[in-house]
Amino acid sequence: MSAYFSEIFRGLQSLAIGMGITFKEFFKPVVTVSYPMETIKMSARYRGHIELIENEEGEPKCVACGMCQRGCPSGCITLESTSVEYQVEEKGETKTKKKKVLSKYDLDFTTCSLCGQCVESCNFGAIDFSKEYNLASSRKEDFHFDLLKRLKERNS
Amino acid sequence: MSAPIHIQPGETFTLNVGPQHPATHGVLRVKLEMDGEYIVHSETVLGYIHRMHELMGENRTYPQVLPNLSRMDYLGALGYTHGHVLAIERAAGIEVPERAEYIRAITVELNRIASHLFWFGAFVMDLGGFTPLMYAIEDREYILDILERVTGSRLTYCYYRFGGLYNDIDDEFVPATKALIPRMRESLKKYDALVTGNIILQKRLKDIGPLSKELCRKYGATGPVARGSGIDFDVRKNEPYSVYPEFDFDVPVYHECDSFARYKVRMDEMEQSLRIIEQGLEKLPDGPIMPEKKPKLIKPPAGDYYQAVETARGSFGIRIVSDGGKNAYRFKLRSPTYSNMHLFDEACEGMLIMDALALMGSLDLVIPEIDR
Ligand code: SF4
Ligand code: SF4
Repeated sequence: MSAYFSEIFRGLQSLAIGMGITFKEFFKPVVTVSYPMETIKMSARYRGHIELIENEEGEPKCVACGMCQRGCPSGCITLESTSVEYQVEEKGETKTKKKKVLSKYDLDFTTCSLCGQCVESCNFGAIDFSKEYNLASSRKEDFHFDLLKRLKERNS
Repeated sequence: MSAPIHIQPGETFTLNVGPQHPATHGVLRVKLEMDGEYIVHSETVLGYIHRMHELMGENRTYPQVLPNLSRMDYLGALGYTHGHVLAIERAAGIEVPERAEYIRAITVELNRIASHLFWFGAFVMDLGGFTPLMYAIEDREYILDILERVTGSRLTYCYYRFGGLYNDIDDEFVPATKALIPRMRESLKKYDALVTGNIILQKRLKDIGPLSKELCRKYGATGPVARGSGIDFDVRKNEPYSVYPEFDFDVPVYHECDSFARYKVRMDEMEQSLRIIEQGLEKLPDGPIMPEKKPKLIKPPAGDYYQAVETARGSFGIRIVSDGGKNAYRFKLRSPTYSNMHLFDEACEGMLIMDALALMGSLDLVIPEIDR
Protein backbone atom coordinates (compact mmCIF):
# COMPACT_ATOMS: atom_id res chain seq x y z
CA MET A 1 0.00 0.00 0.00
CA SER A 2 2.71 2.45 0.94
CA ALA A 3 4.57 1.51 -2.25
CA TYR A 4 1.51 2.51 -4.20
CA PHE A 5 1.38 5.95 -2.62
CA SER A 6 5.10 6.53 -2.79
CA GLU A 7 4.97 5.79 -6.51
CA ILE A 8 2.25 8.36 -6.97
CA PHE A 9 4.28 10.82 -4.98
CA ARG A 10 7.48 10.16 -6.96
CA GLY A 11 5.53 10.37 -10.19
CA LEU A 12 4.11 13.75 -9.31
CA GLN A 13 7.52 14.89 -8.17
CA SER A 14 9.06 13.92 -11.53
CA LEU A 15 6.37 15.87 -13.34
CA ALA A 16 7.03 18.91 -11.15
CA ILE A 17 10.76 18.72 -11.92
CA GLY A 18 9.98 18.60 -15.62
CA MET A 19 7.66 21.57 -15.34
CA GLY A 20 10.38 23.47 -13.51
CA ILE A 21 12.82 22.87 -16.34
CA THR A 22 10.41 23.98 -19.04
CA PHE A 23 9.52 27.00 -16.95
CA LYS A 24 13.19 28.00 -16.68
CA GLU A 25 13.57 27.65 -20.44
CA PHE A 26 11.00 30.42 -20.86
CA PHE A 27 13.56 32.94 -19.70
CA LYS A 28 16.41 31.78 -21.86
CA PRO A 29 17.40 34.03 -24.76
CA VAL A 30 15.85 33.29 -28.11
CA VAL A 31 18.16 31.24 -30.31
CA THR A 32 16.26 31.33 -33.58
CA VAL A 33 16.21 34.09 -36.16
CA SER A 34 13.13 35.08 -38.07
CA TYR A 35 14.16 34.18 -41.57
CA PRO A 36 13.78 35.78 -44.15
CA MET A 37 13.76 39.10 -42.26
CA GLU A 38 17.03 38.14 -40.62
CA THR A 39 19.62 35.86 -42.13
CA ILE A 40 22.73 34.23 -40.81
CA LYS A 41 26.07 34.69 -42.45
CA MET A 42 27.30 31.47 -43.95
CA SER A 43 30.60 30.09 -42.72
CA ALA A 44 33.66 30.49 -44.90
CA ARG A 45 33.59 26.90 -46.05
CA TYR A 46 29.90 26.67 -46.69
CA ARG A 47 29.25 24.77 -49.88
CA GLY A 48 26.77 26.38 -52.19
CA HIS A 49 26.76 25.64 -55.91
CA ILE A 50 30.06 26.14 -57.68
CA GLU A 51 31.09 29.43 -59.21
CA LEU A 52 33.83 30.39 -61.65
CA ILE A 53 36.69 32.44 -60.27
CA GLU A 54 38.13 35.31 -62.25
CA ASN A 55 41.72 36.45 -62.67
CA GLU A 56 42.96 40.03 -62.38
CA GLU A 57 41.65 40.96 -65.81
CA GLY A 58 38.17 39.83 -64.93
CA GLU A 59 38.38 36.83 -67.24
CA PRO A 60 37.68 33.33 -65.94
CA LYS A 61 40.76 31.55 -64.70
CA CYS A 62 39.50 28.37 -66.27
CA VAL A 63 41.59 26.96 -69.12
CA ALA A 64 38.90 24.51 -70.19
CA CYS A 65 40.93 21.42 -69.41
CA GLY A 66 37.83 19.46 -68.51
CA MET A 67 39.16 17.80 -65.37
CA CYS A 68 36.18 18.93 -63.33
CA GLN A 69 33.77 17.59 -65.90
CA ARG A 70 35.45 14.19 -65.83
CA GLY A 71 35.67 14.05 -62.05
CA CYS A 72 32.07 14.92 -61.36
CA PRO A 73 30.11 11.88 -60.22
CA SER A 74 26.78 13.12 -61.46
CA GLY A 75 27.77 14.70 -64.74
CA CYS A 76 26.44 18.13 -63.87
CA ILE A 77 29.16 20.12 -65.60
CA THR A 78 29.08 20.80 -69.32
CA LEU A 79 31.79 22.97 -70.78
CA GLU A 80 32.79 23.99 -74.25
CA SER A 81 35.77 25.86 -75.52
CA THR A 82 36.79 27.63 -78.69
CA SER A 83 40.34 28.04 -79.79
CA VAL A 84 41.47 31.57 -80.51
CA GLU A 85 44.62 32.71 -82.23
CA TYR A 86 46.78 35.30 -80.64
CA GLN A 87 50.09 36.97 -81.46
CA VAL A 88 53.20 36.84 -79.34
CA GLU A 89 56.52 38.55 -79.75
CA GLU A 90 59.30 36.01 -79.44
CA LYS A 91 62.91 36.78 -80.23
CA GLY A 92 61.98 39.67 -82.42
CA GLU A 93 59.46 37.82 -84.56
CA THR A 94 55.72 37.74 -84.26
CA LYS A 95 54.28 34.27 -83.88
CA THR A 96 50.70 33.14 -84.02
CA LYS A 97 49.68 30.77 -81.28
CA LYS A 98 46.45 29.06 -80.44
CA LYS A 99 44.85 28.73 -77.08
CA LYS A 100 41.63 27.33 -75.72
CA VAL A 101 39.16 29.79 -74.31
CA LEU A 102 36.14 28.81 -72.31
CA SER A 103 32.99 29.55 -74.23
CA LYS A 104 30.38 27.77 -72.15
CA TYR A 105 30.26 26.47 -68.62
CA ASP A 106 26.92 25.07 -67.57
CA LEU A 107 26.10 23.61 -64.21
CA ASP A 108 23.07 21.41 -63.69
CA PHE A 109 22.53 22.00 -60.00
CA THR A 110 19.58 19.60 -59.81
CA THR A 111 21.91 16.61 -59.70
CA CYS A 112 24.90 18.17 -57.94
CA SER A 113 25.72 16.53 -54.64
CA LEU A 114 28.13 19.25 -53.47
CA CYS A 115 30.87 16.71 -53.07
CA GLY A 116 33.70 19.02 -53.97
CA GLN A 117 35.28 16.66 -56.45
CA CYS A 118 35.32 19.38 -59.13
CA VAL A 119 36.89 22.02 -56.90
CA GLU A 120 39.47 19.49 -55.78
CA SER A 121 40.37 18.31 -59.26
CA CYS A 122 40.89 21.78 -60.68
CA ASN A 123 44.60 22.52 -60.77
CA PHE A 124 44.07 26.17 -61.62
CA GLY A 125 41.88 27.26 -58.74
CA ALA A 126 39.26 28.27 -61.25
CA ILE A 127 36.15 27.16 -59.39
CA ASP A 128 34.98 27.46 -55.83
CA PHE A 129 31.81 27.06 -53.83
CA SER A 130 29.51 30.04 -53.60
CA LYS A 131 27.64 31.02 -50.46
CA GLU A 132 24.32 30.96 -52.22
CA TYR A 133 21.58 29.15 -50.33
CA ASN A 134 18.42 31.07 -51.08
CA LEU A 135 17.42 28.81 -53.89
CA ALA A 136 13.84 27.80 -54.32
CA SER A 137 11.79 27.32 -57.40
CA SER A 138 9.15 25.06 -58.82
CA ARG A 139 10.87 24.90 -62.17
CA LYS A 140 13.82 22.67 -62.89
CA GLU A 141 15.31 25.09 -65.40
CA ASP A 142 16.00 27.61 -62.68
CA PHE A 143 18.76 25.37 -61.42
CA HIS A 144 20.61 25.17 -64.70
CA PHE A 145 23.21 27.84 -64.21
CA ASP A 146 25.26 29.44 -66.92
CA LEU A 147 28.31 30.15 -64.82
CA LEU A 148 30.08 32.18 -67.48
CA LYS A 149 27.12 34.52 -67.71
CA ARG A 150 26.99 34.79 -63.93
CA LEU A 151 30.65 35.75 -63.88
CA LYS A 152 30.10 38.47 -66.47
CA GLU A 153 27.10 39.79 -64.58
CA ARG A 154 29.11 39.92 -61.41
CA ASN A 155 31.77 41.97 -63.14
CA SER A 156 29.49 44.41 -64.89
CA MET B 1 -23.52 7.31 -46.37
CA SER B 2 -21.57 4.20 -45.75
CA ALA B 3 -22.63 1.92 -42.99
CA PRO B 4 -20.32 1.64 -39.99
CA ILE B 5 -18.14 -1.42 -40.03
CA HIS B 6 -18.77 -3.90 -37.28
CA ILE B 7 -15.94 -6.21 -36.49
CA GLN B 8 -16.97 -9.56 -35.17
CA PRO B 9 -15.19 -10.97 -32.16
CA GLY B 10 -12.17 -12.96 -33.27
CA GLU B 11 -12.07 -11.18 -36.60
CA THR B 12 -8.92 -9.30 -37.57
CA PHE B 13 -8.40 -6.30 -39.79
CA THR B 14 -5.40 -4.91 -41.60
CA LEU B 15 -3.92 -1.60 -40.59
CA ASN B 16 -1.48 0.16 -42.83
CA VAL B 17 1.12 2.27 -41.06
CA GLY B 18 3.00 4.38 -43.52
CA PRO B 19 4.61 4.79 -45.96
CA GLN B 20 3.85 8.41 -45.10
CA HIS B 21 3.23 8.05 -41.41
CA PRO B 22 5.08 10.32 -38.96
CA ALA B 23 5.73 7.44 -36.56
CA THR B 24 7.85 5.58 -39.09
CA HIS B 25 10.20 8.55 -39.64
CA GLY B 26 10.47 8.02 -43.33
CA VAL B 27 8.89 6.00 -46.05
CA LEU B 28 8.57 2.69 -44.27
CA ARG B 29 5.32 0.82 -44.57
CA VAL B 30 4.19 -1.62 -41.92
CA LYS B 31 1.24 -3.86 -42.61
CA LEU B 32 -0.30 -4.80 -39.31
CA GLU B 33 -2.93 -7.43 -38.82
CA MET B 34 -4.85 -6.26 -35.81
CA ASP B 35 -7.20 -7.86 -33.38
CA GLY B 36 -8.66 -4.78 -31.77
CA GLU B 37 -5.70 -2.94 -30.28
CA TYR B 38 -3.45 -5.98 -30.39
CA ILE B 39 -1.11 -6.90 -33.18
CA VAL B 40 -1.55 -10.40 -34.51
CA HIS B 41 0.95 -10.25 -37.31
CA SER B 42 3.17 -7.60 -38.78
CA GLU B 43 4.94 -7.25 -42.06
CA THR B 44 7.38 -4.47 -42.89
CA VAL B 45 7.41 -3.45 -46.53
CA LEU B 46 10.45 -1.77 -47.99
CA GLY B 47 11.46 -0.37 -51.32
CA TYR B 48 9.88 3.06 -51.42
CA ILE B 49 13.14 4.95 -51.66
CA HIS B 50 15.54 2.42 -53.02
CA ARG B 51 18.28 4.28 -54.86
CA MET B 52 20.67 1.51 -55.84
CA HIS B 53 23.67 2.82 -53.98
CA GLU B 54 25.41 -0.53 -54.31
CA LEU B 55 25.06 -0.51 -58.07
CA MET B 56 26.24 3.09 -58.22
CA GLY B 57 29.27 1.97 -56.28
CA GLU B 58 30.01 -0.50 -59.04
CA ASN B 59 29.65 1.70 -62.08
CA ARG B 60 31.46 4.79 -60.85
CA THR B 61 35.12 5.24 -60.07
CA TYR B 62 36.11 4.96 -56.43
CA PRO B 63 36.30 8.69 -55.62
CA GLN B 64 33.00 9.30 -57.36
CA VAL B 65 31.17 7.10 -54.86
CA LEU B 66 32.24 9.33 -51.95
CA PRO B 67 29.05 11.45 -51.81
CA ASN B 68 26.78 8.41 -51.92
CA LEU B 69 27.60 7.10 -48.48
CA SER B 70 26.35 10.18 -46.69
CA ARG B 71 23.01 9.83 -48.45
CA MET B 72 22.40 6.55 -46.68
CA ASP B 73 22.05 7.63 -43.10
CA TYR B 74 21.52 11.35 -43.18
CA LEU B 75 21.59 11.70 -39.40
CA GLY B 76 24.95 10.09 -38.77
CA ALA B 77 26.51 10.46 -42.19
CA LEU B 78 30.11 10.81 -41.11
CA GLY B 79 30.22 7.33 -39.61
CA TYR B 80 29.31 5.81 -42.96
CA THR B 81 31.77 7.85 -44.98
CA HIS B 82 34.39 6.91 -42.41
CA GLY B 83 33.76 3.23 -43.08
CA HIS B 84 33.98 3.80 -46.80
CA VAL B 85 37.30 5.63 -46.77
CA LEU B 86 38.78 3.13 -44.33
CA ALA B 87 37.77 0.26 -46.60
CA ILE B 88 39.33 1.83 -49.67
CA GLU B 89 42.45 2.82 -47.75
CA ARG B 90 42.83 -0.73 -46.58
CA ALA B 91 42.28 -2.04 -50.10
CA ALA B 92 44.62 0.38 -51.85
CA GLY B 93 47.16 0.44 -49.03
CA ILE B 94 47.05 4.18 -48.41
CA GLU B 95 48.66 5.49 -45.25
CA VAL B 96 46.63 8.07 -43.35
CA PRO B 97 48.38 10.82 -41.37
CA GLU B 98 47.64 10.69 -37.68
CA ARG B 99 46.14 14.16 -37.54
CA ALA B 100 43.59 13.23 -40.16
CA GLU B 101 42.59 10.14 -38.20
CA TYR B 102 42.12 12.13 -35.02
CA ILE B 103 40.01 14.74 -36.76
CA ARG B 104 37.95 11.96 -38.28
CA ALA B 105 37.36 10.34 -34.92
CA ILE B 106 36.38 13.65 -33.31
CA THR B 107 33.98 14.60 -36.09
CA VAL B 108 32.44 11.12 -36.16
CA GLU B 109 31.78 11.31 -32.43
CA LEU B 110 30.29 14.79 -32.79
CA ASN B 111 28.05 13.42 -35.48
CA ARG B 112 27.09 10.48 -33.28
CA ILE B 113 25.95 12.86 -30.54
CA ALA B 114 23.99 14.90 -33.08
CA SER B 115 22.34 11.74 -34.34
CA HIS B 116 21.47 10.49 -30.87
CA LEU B 117 20.11 13.90 -29.95
CA PHE B 118 17.80 13.88 -32.88
CA TRP B 119 16.71 10.35 -32.12
CA PHE B 120 16.05 11.36 -28.52
CA GLY B 121 13.83 14.23 -29.59
CA ALA B 122 11.95 12.25 -32.20
CA PHE B 123 11.52 9.27 -29.91
CA VAL B 124 10.03 11.32 -27.10
CA MET B 125 7.83 13.01 -29.67
CA ASP B 126 6.58 9.59 -30.75
CA LEU B 127 5.57 9.01 -27.17
CA GLY B 128 3.70 12.29 -27.07
CA GLY B 129 6.16 14.79 -25.61
CA PHE B 130 6.96 17.58 -28.00
CA THR B 131 9.13 19.95 -25.95
CA PRO B 132 12.26 17.76 -25.57
CA LEU B 133 12.58 17.72 -29.36
CA MET B 134 13.05 21.48 -29.35
CA TYR B 135 15.76 21.30 -26.69
CA ALA B 136 17.49 18.47 -28.49
CA ILE B 137 17.43 20.34 -31.78
CA GLU B 138 18.89 23.41 -30.16
CA ASP B 139 21.84 21.41 -28.87
CA ARG B 140 22.19 19.58 -32.14
CA GLU B 141 22.33 22.90 -33.93
CA TYR B 142 25.53 23.81 -32.08
CA ILE B 143 27.12 20.59 -33.24
CA LEU B 144 25.94 21.12 -36.80
CA ASP B 145 27.41 24.62 -36.74
CA ILE B 146 30.78 23.23 -35.71
CA LEU B 147 30.62 20.57 -38.40
CA GLU B 148 29.47 23.05 -41.00
CA ARG B 149 32.46 25.24 -40.36
CA VAL B 150 34.87 22.42 -41.15
CA THR B 151 32.99 20.31 -43.66
CA GLY B 152 30.91 22.92 -45.47
CA SER B 153 27.66 20.98 -45.13
CA ARG B 154 25.15 20.41 -42.41
CA LEU B 155 23.76 16.98 -43.16
CA THR B 156 25.19 15.10 -46.11
CA TYR B 157 28.88 15.55 -45.52
CA CYS B 158 31.45 14.69 -48.10
CA TYR B 159 34.48 15.56 -46.04
CA TYR B 160 36.73 12.53 -45.84
CA ARG B 161 38.98 11.66 -48.73
CA PHE B 162 40.99 8.55 -49.43
CA GLY B 163 44.09 9.18 -47.38
CA GLY B 164 42.86 12.11 -45.34
CA LEU B 165 40.47 15.00 -45.36
CA TYR B 166 39.13 17.57 -47.78
CA ASN B 167 40.51 20.43 -45.69
CA ASP B 168 42.04 20.98 -42.30
CA ILE B 169 40.01 22.17 -39.34
CA ASP B 170 39.84 25.93 -38.86
CA ASP B 171 40.99 27.94 -35.85
CA GLU B 172 37.57 27.98 -34.29
CA PHE B 173 37.00 24.26 -34.32
CA VAL B 174 38.98 23.35 -31.21
CA PRO B 175 37.67 26.17 -28.96
CA ALA B 176 34.10 25.68 -30.17
CA THR B 177 34.24 21.95 -29.52
CA LYS B 178 35.83 22.51 -26.12
CA ALA B 179 33.01 24.89 -25.26
CA LEU B 180 30.47 22.37 -26.44
CA ILE B 181 31.53 19.63 -24.04
CA PRO B 182 30.44 21.29 -20.75
CA ARG B 183 27.36 22.61 -22.47
CA MET B 184 26.38 19.12 -23.61
CA ARG B 185 27.02 17.69 -20.15
CA GLU B 186 24.70 20.32 -18.70
CA SER B 187 22.08 19.42 -21.30
CA LEU B 188 22.37 15.71 -20.63
CA LYS B 189 21.63 16.40 -16.97
CA LYS B 190 18.66 18.46 -18.05
CA TYR B 191 17.35 15.63 -20.23
CA ASP B 192 17.81 13.21 -17.41
CA ALA B 193 15.70 15.30 -15.08
CA LEU B 194 13.14 16.28 -17.69
CA VAL B 195 12.67 13.01 -19.56
CA THR B 196 14.44 10.01 -18.06
CA GLY B 197 12.99 10.58 -14.63
CA ASN B 198 9.54 11.29 -15.98
CA ILE B 199 6.99 8.83 -14.69
CA ILE B 200 4.99 8.73 -17.93
CA LEU B 201 8.04 7.85 -19.99
CA GLN B 202 9.08 5.15 -17.55
CA LYS B 203 5.61 3.62 -17.54
CA ARG B 204 5.60 3.54 -21.31
CA LEU B 205 9.06 2.09 -21.75
CA LYS B 206 9.93 -0.11 -18.79
CA ASP B 207 9.29 -3.80 -19.49
CA ILE B 208 7.78 -2.86 -22.85
CA GLY B 209 9.05 -4.23 -26.11
CA PRO B 210 11.36 -6.96 -24.84
CA LEU B 211 13.99 -8.08 -27.33
CA SER B 212 15.76 -11.12 -26.04
CA LYS B 213 19.44 -11.71 -26.60
CA GLU B 214 18.58 -14.67 -28.83
CA LEU B 215 16.26 -12.57 -30.97
CA CYS B 216 18.97 -9.96 -31.46
CA ARG B 217 21.47 -12.64 -32.41
CA LYS B 218 18.99 -14.29 -34.77
CA TYR B 219 18.46 -11.12 -36.76
CA GLY B 220 22.00 -9.81 -36.47
CA ALA B 221 21.05 -6.71 -34.50
CA THR B 222 23.94 -4.48 -33.53
CA GLY B 223 24.52 -1.12 -31.94
CA PRO B 224 22.39 0.27 -29.12
CA VAL B 225 19.63 -2.25 -29.87
CA ALA B 226 21.92 -5.20 -29.13
CA ARG B 227 23.62 -3.42 -26.23
CA GLY B 228 20.24 -2.81 -24.65
CA SER B 229 19.74 -6.57 -24.70
CA GLY B 230 22.94 -7.38 -22.91
CA ILE B 231 25.17 -8.06 -25.91
CA ASP B 232 28.46 -6.37 -25.19
CA PHE B 233 29.55 -5.66 -28.72
CA ASP B 234 30.95 -2.44 -30.10
CA VAL B 235 33.11 -2.48 -33.20
CA ARG B 236 35.21 0.33 -31.76
CA LYS B 237 36.24 -2.00 -28.92
CA ASN B 238 35.96 -5.47 -30.42
CA GLU B 239 37.56 -4.86 -33.80
CA PRO B 240 39.34 -1.54 -33.22
CA TYR B 241 39.96 0.65 -36.22
CA SER B 242 41.30 4.15 -36.80
CA VAL B 243 42.65 5.68 -33.57
CA TYR B 244 39.98 4.27 -31.26
CA PRO B 245 42.42 2.05 -29.34
CA GLU B 246 44.04 5.27 -28.09
CA PHE B 247 40.90 6.40 -26.34
CA ASP B 248 39.64 5.41 -22.96
CA PHE B 249 35.89 4.96 -23.09
CA ASP B 250 33.25 2.52 -21.89
CA VAL B 251 30.61 0.67 -23.80
CA PRO B 252 27.29 1.03 -22.02
CA VAL B 253 25.44 -2.29 -21.82
CA TYR B 254 22.06 -2.90 -20.21
CA HIS B 255 20.53 -6.26 -19.56
CA GLU B 256 16.86 -5.33 -19.18
CA CYS B 257 16.12 -5.91 -22.89
CA ASP B 258 13.23 -3.43 -22.85
CA SER B 259 12.73 -0.13 -24.67
CA PHE B 260 14.01 1.73 -21.64
CA ALA B 261 17.32 -0.12 -21.79
CA ARG B 262 17.83 0.97 -25.38
CA TYR B 263 16.96 4.51 -24.38
CA LYS B 264 19.52 4.41 -21.58
CA VAL B 265 22.23 2.98 -23.83
CA ARG B 266 21.96 5.91 -26.21
CA MET B 267 21.86 8.48 -23.45
CA ASP B 268 25.00 6.97 -21.93
CA GLU B 269 26.70 6.77 -25.31
CA MET B 270 26.48 10.52 -25.70
CA GLU B 271 28.52 10.91 -22.55
CA GLN B 272 31.08 8.38 -23.81
CA SER B 273 31.34 10.24 -27.11
CA LEU B 274 32.02 13.42 -25.19
CA ARG B 275 34.84 11.63 -23.41
CA ILE B 276 36.32 10.53 -26.71
CA ILE B 277 36.10 14.05 -28.11
CA GLU B 278 37.73 15.45 -24.99
CA GLN B 279 40.67 13.05 -25.27
CA GLY B 280 40.88 13.51 -29.01
CA LEU B 281 41.22 17.27 -28.70
CA GLU B 282 43.92 16.83 -26.11
CA LYS B 283 45.93 14.39 -28.19
CA LEU B 284 45.32 16.06 -31.55
CA PRO B 285 48.75 16.05 -33.21
CA ASP B 286 50.05 18.58 -35.70
CA GLY B 287 50.96 17.57 -39.17
CA PRO B 288 49.59 17.08 -42.62
CA ILE B 289 46.04 15.98 -43.30
CA MET B 290 46.83 14.23 -46.53
CA PRO B 291 49.62 11.71 -47.15
CA GLU B 292 52.56 12.87 -49.22
CA LYS B 293 52.43 9.91 -51.52
CA LYS B 294 48.94 9.34 -52.69
CA PRO B 295 48.16 7.45 -55.86
CA LYS B 296 46.55 9.70 -58.46
CA LEU B 297 44.22 6.98 -59.58
CA ILE B 298 42.73 4.72 -56.95
CA LYS B 299 43.02 1.17 -58.20
CA PRO B 300 43.08 -1.38 -55.41
CA PRO B 301 44.74 -4.68 -56.34
CA ALA B 302 42.34 -7.51 -57.09
CA GLY B 303 40.92 -8.94 -53.92
CA ASP B 304 38.16 -8.95 -51.39
CA TYR B 305 38.15 -6.29 -48.68
CA TYR B 306 35.92 -5.72 -45.70
CA GLN B 307 35.75 -3.00 -43.12
CA ALA B 308 33.29 -2.61 -40.29
CA VAL B 309 32.74 0.54 -38.27
CA GLU B 310 30.47 1.46 -35.39
CA THR B 311 28.02 4.09 -36.53
CA ALA B 312 25.33 5.73 -34.45
CA ARG B 313 22.96 2.92 -35.35
CA GLY B 314 25.21 -0.10 -35.14
CA SER B 315 27.82 -2.00 -37.03
CA PHE B 316 28.12 -0.82 -40.60
CA GLY B 317 30.08 -3.07 -42.89
CA ILE B 318 31.37 -2.38 -46.34
CA ARG B 319 32.71 -5.07 -48.60
CA ILE B 320 34.60 -4.26 -51.74
CA VAL B 321 35.58 -6.82 -54.31
CA SER B 322 38.09 -5.41 -56.71
CA ASP B 323 39.25 -6.81 -60.00
CA GLY B 324 42.04 -4.29 -60.20
CA GLY B 325 40.08 -1.80 -62.23
CA LYS B 326 38.94 1.76 -61.65
CA ASN B 327 35.53 0.61 -60.45
CA ALA B 328 34.64 -1.88 -57.79
CA TYR B 329 33.49 -5.26 -59.04
CA ARG B 330 31.18 -5.63 -56.08
CA PHE B 331 30.23 -2.95 -53.61
CA LYS B 332 28.26 -4.41 -50.74
CA LEU B 333 26.90 -2.34 -47.90
CA ARG B 334 25.78 -3.99 -44.71
CA SER B 335 23.59 -1.51 -42.96
CA PRO B 336 22.81 -1.88 -39.27
CA THR B 337 19.20 -0.72 -39.29
CA TYR B 338 18.29 -3.24 -41.94
CA SER B 339 18.91 -5.98 -39.40
CA ASN B 340 17.58 -3.97 -36.50
CA MET B 341 14.32 -3.33 -38.26
CA HIS B 342 13.57 -6.90 -39.21
CA LEU B 343 13.28 -8.07 -35.66
CA PHE B 344 10.31 -5.75 -35.28
CA ASP B 345 7.99 -8.18 -37.09
CA GLU B 346 8.68 -10.96 -34.66
CA ALA B 347 8.97 -8.83 -31.55
CA CYS B 348 5.72 -6.91 -31.91
CA GLU B 349 3.40 -9.89 -32.16
CA GLY B 350 0.81 -9.76 -29.42
CA MET B 351 1.71 -6.21 -28.43
CA LEU B 352 -0.55 -3.21 -28.10
CA ILE B 353 -0.12 -0.91 -31.07
CA MET B 354 1.11 2.06 -29.03
CA ASP B 355 3.71 -0.12 -27.33
CA ALA B 356 4.79 -1.40 -30.72
CA LEU B 357 5.28 2.15 -31.94
CA ALA B 358 7.37 2.87 -28.86
CA LEU B 359 9.41 -0.23 -29.68
CA MET B 360 9.85 0.94 -33.25
CA GLY B 361 11.01 4.33 -32.04
CA SER B 362 13.54 2.72 -29.75
CA LEU B 363 15.08 0.90 -32.71
CA ASP B 364 16.15 4.25 -34.18
CA LEU B 365 15.28 3.54 -37.78
CA VAL B 366 16.53 5.70 -40.60
CA ILE B 367 14.78 4.46 -43.68
CA PRO B 368 17.12 5.62 -46.48
CA GLU B 369 19.77 3.56 -44.80
CA ILE B 370 17.64 0.40 -44.82
CA ASP B 371 16.52 1.04 -48.36
CA ARG B 372 19.80 2.06 -49.79
S1 SF4 C 1 30.31 19.45 -56.35
FE1 SF4 C 1 30.45 17.31 -57.06
S2 SF4 C 1 28.47 16.89 -57.99
FE2 SF4 C 1 28.62 19.12 -57.80
S3 SF4 C 1 29.43 19.80 -59.75
FE3 SF4 C 1 31.19 19.50 -58.40
S4 SF4 C 1 31.87 17.39 -58.80
FE4 SF4 C 1 29.80 17.60 -59.65
S1 SF4 D 1 39.27 21.77 -63.96
FE1 SF4 D 1 39.41 23.97 -63.61
S2 SF4 D 1 40.54 24.74 -65.36
FE2 SF4 D 1 39.87 22.68 -65.90
S3 SF4 D 1 37.93 22.99 -66.97
FE3 SF4 D 1 37.41 22.67 -64.81
S4 SF4 D 1 37.33 24.72 -63.94
FE4 SF4 D 1 38.37 24.91 -65.90
